[in-house]
Amino acid sequence: MIQLLFFFFAAVAVGAAINVLAQKHVLYSALSLILMLTAMSVLFILLRADFLAMIQIIVYAGAIMVLFTFVIMLLNLPTEEEGSDPLRWLKFIGIPFVLFFLFLIVGTLWGVEPLRAPAELVGSPAAIGTSLFKDYLLPFEVTSLLILIALVGAVIFAKKDL
Amino acid sequence: MIAYFTSYDFGLVLLKIIVIFAGVMNVVGLLSWVERKVMARVQMRPGPTRVGPFGLLQPLADLLKFVFKEEVIPLQANTFLYIAAPLVSLIPAFLSFAVVPFGPSFQVTDLSVGLLFIFAVTSLGIYGIVLGGWASNSKYPLMGAMRSSAQMISYELSLTLSVVGVVMIANTLSLRELVVSQESTWFGFIPRWYVFLQPLAFLIYVVSGVAETNRLPFDLAESEQELVAGWHTEYSSMKFLMFMMAEYANMIAVSSLATILFLGGWNGPMFGPPLLQMVLPILWFVLKVGCFIFFYILLRSTIPRFRYDQLMRFGWKVLLPLALANILVTSFVLAII
Repeated sequence: MIQLLFFFFAAVAVGAAINVLAQKHVLYSALSLILMLTAMSVLFILLRADFLAMIQIIVYAGAIMVLFTFVIMLLNLPTEEEGSDPLRWLKFIGIPFVLFFLFLIVGTLWGVEPLRAPAELVGSPAAIGTSLFKDYLLPFEVTSLLILIALVGAVIFAKKDL
Repeated sequence: MIAYFTSYDFGLVLLKIIVIFAGVMNVVGLLSWVERKVMARVQMRPGPTRVGPFGLLQPLADLLKFVFKEEVIPLQANTFLYIAAPLVSLIPAFLSFAVVPFGPSFQVTDLSVGLLFIFAVTSLGIYGIVLGGWASNSKYPLMGAMRSSAQMISYELSLTLSVVGVVMIANTLSLRELVVSQESTWFGFIPRWYVFLQPLAFLIYVVSGVAETNRLPFDLAESEQELVAGWHTEYSSMKFLMFMMAEYANMIAVSSLATILFLGGWNGPMFGPPLLQMVLPILWFVLKVGCFIFFYILLRSTIPRFRYDQLMRFGWKVLLPLALANILVTSFVLAII
């Protein structure tokens, strides 16, 4: 049952991720990305990380992607860009690179033993809370400081005359 | 797997799903009558009276009208998204009832992160409005959709932060355990409801809940004086009905969550024979939710609409700092005790 669900939602996630790149229209790409994030959160649930799954939907699918679609609608981008694509030569370099990376990934994963999903809930809010605020307190605080710096920087870029 | 699908447990869950889904569907229909009747009485009108006793069959008549109306899809609309948008707003609205505990044993499933599940699902409901407004390819729906998404992002933040205080006191995210933790009383007569411990959070929750469901005085997304009907201007027949059903279902979900978090859920006086005691919790729950919805409808019929900049300023400069201050004070007090 769990394996069936895993393969179904993994296929949805991969398909949606490919669709993000394949779509010509930006809004469809954004919608595929939302589908991909939701399918990913189901994979988190199958790994017994319920908290992470819900946070994934709330933060990424529910907040960040809303802002994305919001901006896409505001700008009202044209459906297809005119003229020759300036990046048209990139695909000839891109395909060998993708094949090389696929080779690397397959080579790495070939020898990996499959990890069973843990029996009890390791991704519970309490477990994540202790690891964030006790075991990894310093990295957590440093990250939040970095995000604050990025935030202030973005405000300064957006508003030249404060 | 087959053993599970033929087991007694699975049948029970299926029965609960059917009963809750049918119940919510019927209540949604009934609410449209309640809303028209209450609003009419506030404004000294009789309201619907012709169809059935007290006009009670009015929702049925409305439904028939919606079903038999012509489907109109604008020529310039993006057909796929135009049809998908009502579904995108309806499905999350009904999904949140999967974790709502209506009674001690009347709940489809009790997730350990049930509270977050409801927030996650309701945050996806925005897409229905945004896509509906965009796919219509018309100026008023687009304006309405953009207002709505901006409003929902800002008010969802204070909605989520307002319940953090309650979660800190109860020390759980499961909706069932939240209700159980409010079971006993202080001094034998004051119920141990979190509304008495977190009055500020309750106020913030109610205000942002109204904004989150796009109801007056925060219904900037569909303000009919400026934007015709906002994001559903181009919608008619069944698709319009789906948007309306999603709005009412969201209203019930937000009220249920308020009942669970602040008003003790199904807790209430218990008396009578055992059979009555099985029904009483569900009755208390429904009554508390009903009070909330009645309050919503009264708000709609009495208070004028906010201006858009006032709305955004109120969300970011009043509600959000208050919610943050509430968390700070609560955690401080909890750390001292």
